[in-house]
Amino acid sequence: MHSLLESLIELIRRTSAEVPDDVHRAIVGSLENEKKGTIAESALKIIERNIDLAKRKSQPLCQDTGSVLFYVDAPIGLDQITFAETAREAVKQATKKGYLRQNSVDSLTGKNDGTNCGPGAPTLHFHQHRSPDLQVRLVLKGGGCENVGAQYSLPDEATGANRDLNGCRRVILDAVLQAQGKGCGPGILGVCIGGDRATGYEWSKTQFLRRLDDVNPVPELAALEQEIVKTSNDLGIGPMGFGGKTTLLGCKIVTANRVPASYFVSVSYMCWAYRRQGITLDSSGAIQGWLY
Amino acid sequence: MISLTTPLTAEAVRNLKVGDEVFISGIVCTGRDAVHKYLHEGGALPEGVNLSGGIIYHCGPVVIKDAAGAWKVVAAGPTTSTREEPYQWQIIRDHQVRGVIGKGGMGPRTQAACKEYGCVYLHAVGGAAQVLAECVKRVRNVYFLEKFGSPEAIWELEVENFPAVVTIDAHGRSLHEEVFKASNAALSGHIASAPAH
Repeated sequence: MHSLLESLIELIRRTSAEVPDDVHRAIVGSLENEKKGTIAESALKIIERNIDLAKRKSQPLCQDTGSVLFYVDAPIGLDQITFAETAREAVKQATKKGYLRQNSVDSLTGKNDGTNCGPGAPTLHFHQHRSPDLQVRLVLKGGGCENVGAQYSLPDEATGANRDLNGCRRVILDAVLQAQGKGCGPGILGVCIGGDRATGYEWSKTQFLRRLDDVNPVPELAALEQEIVKTSNDLGIGPMGFGGKTTLLGCKIVTANRVPASYFVSVSYMCWAYRRQGITLDSSGAIQGWLY
Repeated sequence: MISLTTPLTAEAVRNLKVGDEVFISGIVCTGRDAVHKYLHEGGALPEGVNLSGGIIYHCGPVVIKDAAGAWKVVAAGPTTSTREEPYQWQIIRDHQVRGVIGKGGMGPRTQAACKEYGCVYLHAVGGAAQVLAECVKRVRNVYFLEKFGSPEAIWELEVENFPAVVTIDAHGRSLHEEVFKASNAALSGHIASAPAH
């Protein structure tokens, strides 16, 4: 599967070096909107320069090339074992080429073997579908933004959040407040209401596969997404937590069923260096097209 | 814009205040989780590293060897600083550090140490690894590469016009504390005024 290997290395390279167009547009918009002459504006200008430079030099946007998360939509019959082996090899080679930092540490010994491969690294999510297309999406999620993610169990007394949409709103806004600039804002939230703890976090991250400019098909969630962005931007946390008008570039919410006893709201935070790309592959493993 | 050149004097540091935008030139040493914990537990700095009047950069760069075998920094933005909050005050005190570059700000112990010993926290733009790598002109040396691995090693870097913002000054002010208080008050006001449905 020589061609698949090359395609996956190219997916990693491009994901690491470029923000997708929808994200770039949102950043450009926030730069125009920010008050001139402020440190918030300076920060966004540096961000804008960085996006340009990384793309031109084909080098990582951010040195924290993050957790490597593959989302594979596969036709029935795909050999997932071979695919996973090829993906791991692609990660190793991309690391050697400097597209990824040596970023994976043995949690017991603290050793970093420099390959970015080990238990749980990279992470592959396979979803079978009836279409013959093989689509591979990749998210590189840095540790700074991952560390400010939060999971709430409702009711939550500290925020006064009950088990309803208003309670969800309160805890999501609390996550934004607690994150301040630590997750490299302006940020993007992926949220899952419901699920067990693991599913909630997992689904919250799948929201990062959505385009920033899409509209949630569930009207209540679409309204909540918009309101979270607006209210967060009114809090004045700003880019990098410097103060300013842009705290969030987007918020994406999904619901999962829950058991009656549990009501989790899981919030994942993505930094402005929002690394997400995807490819459609032909039967030989060559790239047919880009998804974002 | 204020130009700062290492080594920093106490006076230069005391002249800075929250909100100042600076350009840093000279030598900075990277140090993150492993280095901070090691120094906190009484570990000695490797021979050749002197932090007195110096700047610690919370950063785990991507560094590769070029064709000639020389180190080349290809990405070098700041990492989240709060993880060093348990240790930073002591390292400022024991090693006469005058500047800490990072992102996300630090807490009250670092804030107090900046005031007491004359140090500033310099906020770089998180994620801006390419703009900041361009400011790194040369890798002078690397220490603890084997011991801690590449991102956690001490990389001694020569930088030129490295942009940052003073967000904790040597007078006891912290932009992070101020923005948190203001945003917390704004959120409380919003929640109080929103209908509880």
